[in-house]
Amino acid sequence: MPARAALIDVQRARAGEPTRIVLSGDLDAAGVAEVWAPAKEAADKGVVIDLAAVERCDSAGAALLYELQQGQGARLENVSAEVASLLKPYGSGDFPSLKPEKSRPESAPVAVGRLAVAMAGDVAEQLTFTGQATVAVLAGLLRPDRVRWGDMWRTVETAGVNALVIVGMIGFLTGMIMAFQSTVPLQQFGVDIFVVNLVALAMLRELGGIMTAIVLAGRSGSAFAAEIGTMKVNEEVNALTTMGIDPVRFLVVPKLMAAIIVTPLLTVYANVVGIAGGLMVVMLFGHPWAAVYNQLVGAVGVNDVLAGIIKAFFFGALVGGIGCLRGLQTKSGASAVGESTTRAVVSGIFLIIVVDALFAVVFYAIKL
Amino acid sequence: MKAAGSDPIIQARDLTIGYGDTVVLRDVTFDVRRGEIFVILGGSGCGKSTLLKHLIGLYPPMSGEVLIEGENLVAARGAQRRSILKRIGVSYQSGALFGSMTIAENVRLPLEEYTSLPDEAMELMAWMKLRLVGLESSRAKLPSELSGGMQKRAAIARAMALDPAVVFLDEPSAGLDPVTSADLDALILRLNQTVGTTFVIVTHELPSIYAVADRVIMLDKQRQGIIAEGDPADLRDHSTEPFVRRFFHREAGEVPA
Repeated sequence: MPARAALIDVQRARAGEPTRIVLSGDLDAAGVAEVWAPAKEAADKGVVIDLAAVERCDSAGAALLYELQQGQGARLENVSAEVASLLKPYGSGDFPSLKPEKSRPESAPVAVGRLAVAMAGDVAEQLTFTGQATVAVLAGLLRPDRVRWGDMWRTVETAGVNALVIVGMIGFLTGMIMAFQSTVPLQQFGVDIFVVNLVALAMLRELGGIMTAIVLAGRSGSAFAAEIGTMKVNEEVNALTTMGIDPVRFLVVPKLMAAIIVTPLLTVYANVVGIAGGLMVVMLFGHPWAAVYNQLVGAVGVNDVLAGIIKAFFFGALVGGIGCLRGLQTKSGASAVGESTTRAVVSGIFLIIVVDALFAVVFYAIKL
Repeated sequence: MKAAGSDPIIQARDLTIGYGDTVVLRDVTFDVRRGEIFVILGGSGCGKSTLLKHLIGLYPPMSGEVLIEGENLVAARGAQRRSILKRIGVSYQSGALFGSMTIAENVRLPLEEYTSLPDEAMELMAWMKLRLVGLESSRAKLPSELSGGMQKRAAIARAMALDPAVVFLDEPSAGLDPVTSADLDALILRLNQTVGTTFVIVTHELPSIYAVADRVIMLDKQRQGIIAEGDPADLRDHSTEPFVRRFFHREAGEVPA
């Protein structure tokens, strides 16, 4: 049965006769979309809607007729049994106003106060969680049989081994770019061999660790949050709790331990490939290997290497911990998991930078 | 106005379906007639939900075809496929309402995607659909604020947004209490009788089957096919198939020692 377009014909009021709106054709979604505006404009109290020529009417047509009859006060004529049955469930005037009441916007002090309370609550939760996780990790070290080592090694593989390519590529290119960009200006003064010092110190003390931690926050912190968050939404975390199994011990400890193990290892790896990238550029600019090697050995001390690795342990704990915490904080619904993942990455990166700044001060004070 | 004629609305022809290399059902053929309530039965794991997912075109069958109002859903692409999908509505086992949208917005979504109706018309239609399932006062709520039964009803309202010829329901009464489940049966019957919608329902709730089904087919895991077809009360009283009798009389099978 081919669809016939809906048509509207408005016959204006004449002596003694009310205005008639004659609808014809198919009152389906396509037809109603055409005639909705003109019909609504013409319909008014006392206007007659003639439906004799309507071939077919579906719920879009029913909505139009309901609107004309109840909303505009028009009168329907020649209503077929089919149309009447469509309109039957809807009594007169019970469609409530469309627009939901607008809630008044909060005043600025209230909004600031609410935000402050929320942030304080979040900090309190982070502190509580830090305590719980520390206790759980230490308990795990004292009672190694209670740790889920299988889960831990799996996480070491996904968060560590599988990240080798990306961490290596970013480290190598960063070393190269840094060396290249600094060689050009330093060449003007004839001291471009000091690019070796620049690249080696920057990688070892700062960039190697920070880059690794940021990659880890993006790859694994988000994955931890998504995994635990989905378990939370599916009530798997509740199931653990009611079985008397501490979710922190069961879910968080393996991931946290894995993050603490892989971050320093990946940092050492990033340092090595980053410095290699830098040295390669220096050699391409014509410096022999012996000169480059001597410069490197003279520039770098054990304390520089240690400074980077010590920070990496803390970065690992941060990325793993915040990922798991955001997962456990997940509320219900599919969008909640996405929200937790985002928060895991954002607060992970933010905390990495804050902790790095703190370490800069501490290392300066203790002259490391 | 119920008119279950002989005119088939869905035709499954020699349908072989499964996952990967595993065949779940082999060479299944059946018709669903226009205006009837058709129920797919069977024990757990016999492929009821899998069959439903193939009927609505979520997965391509291994062989055979599914005709919806005479058009081959399996082979259809692009605009033709969209046009067929517009004529069917599906309510999934969990409701599958979009959690970030209110109930009314969930019902409006197909209207926004498929029609060019003005905003107020869609708003009114969403309200009318929700009114049909008795949820008009909850239209501004999020799915998470509704009970399980209300979510199922909202999902049915969404499935019916575009006045589809067929509505598929996957285990509509799973997880509902008997009263809510009976309410849902009454709703299905009312929509079938007043709007004339054809329903294809997957369920194993006996009371629901007796309450709504015009015709049932029963699937069997071992034989990978249909073992019985017909009126449920008739099958209960006269079927010679042992599994069909056990199913309708709720008799336990042999419990593995």
